Amino acid sequence: MAVRVQSENFDIAAEIEKLLGSRTDVGAVVTFTGRVRGHDDGQPIATLTLEHYPDMTEAEMERIEAEAQARWALQASLVVHRVGELKAGEQIVLVITAAAHRQAAFEAAGFLMDYLKTRAPFWKKETTTAGESGWVEARDKDDAAAKRWS
Amino acid sequence: MSSTATRRVRLLYFAWVREKIGCSEESVDLPGSIATVADLVDWLKARGPQYGDAFARPQVVRAALDRVHVKPSSPLGAAREIAFFPPVTGG
Repeated sequence: MAVRVQSENFDIAAEIEKLLGSRTDVGAVVTFTGRVRGHDDGQPIATLTLEHYPDMTEAEMERIEAEAQARWALQASLVVHRVGELKAGEQIVLVITAAAHRQAAFEAAGFLMDYLKTRAPFWKKETTTAGESGWVEARDKDDAAAKRWS
Repeated sequence: MSSTATRRVRLLYFAWVREKIGCSEESVDLPGSIATVADLVDWLKARGPQYGDAFARPQVVRAALDRVHVKPSSPLGAAREIAFFPPVTGG
């Protein structure tokens, strides 16, 4: 069970291996990877710059992970979120959930992402290929997605 | 509690709230009459146009007390670190 904030990229297979090792009780592993889209509402995007609130970020991610563990029988979980400047196509966020059976792993991964998007203190600034930059606005549909768990 | 006593707190600003105010953090001496997050926002707005700009739509700006999300009506209590930021957009 862990959360990490880092600027460097992550290797999904290596993270699963580190998280689970030689455990034989895990029957289901779900991973979600978020990546930088090269377009936003028709605008070509060159980079996303992710700012965060150090200390609160990790604390909030741990609260979200603890909530997922309280709701589902998870055997292991990991959330990695990158910060700094990321180019289109790069990986931003990784969620791994492991459980005895797939339903808990699927549902917990969805919950973790919905809560990360609405509660973890990260902000994205996008820069278009023309060099114009602006803060990404929060989306109502993310709030609606998070509410389905309450 | 005397309403004339002041209390020093650390204020942090992120994303466009930081850009509009023009700094990422500052220490301020809060009057004892400032009881809630909303009170603090009103008090900051009176400090200068950059704060008025940042809090022009106060319902949009989010707050955290000692690194925990709170609502505008939340009492400041003994919080030492108060952060203001836009709705989060991670993930």
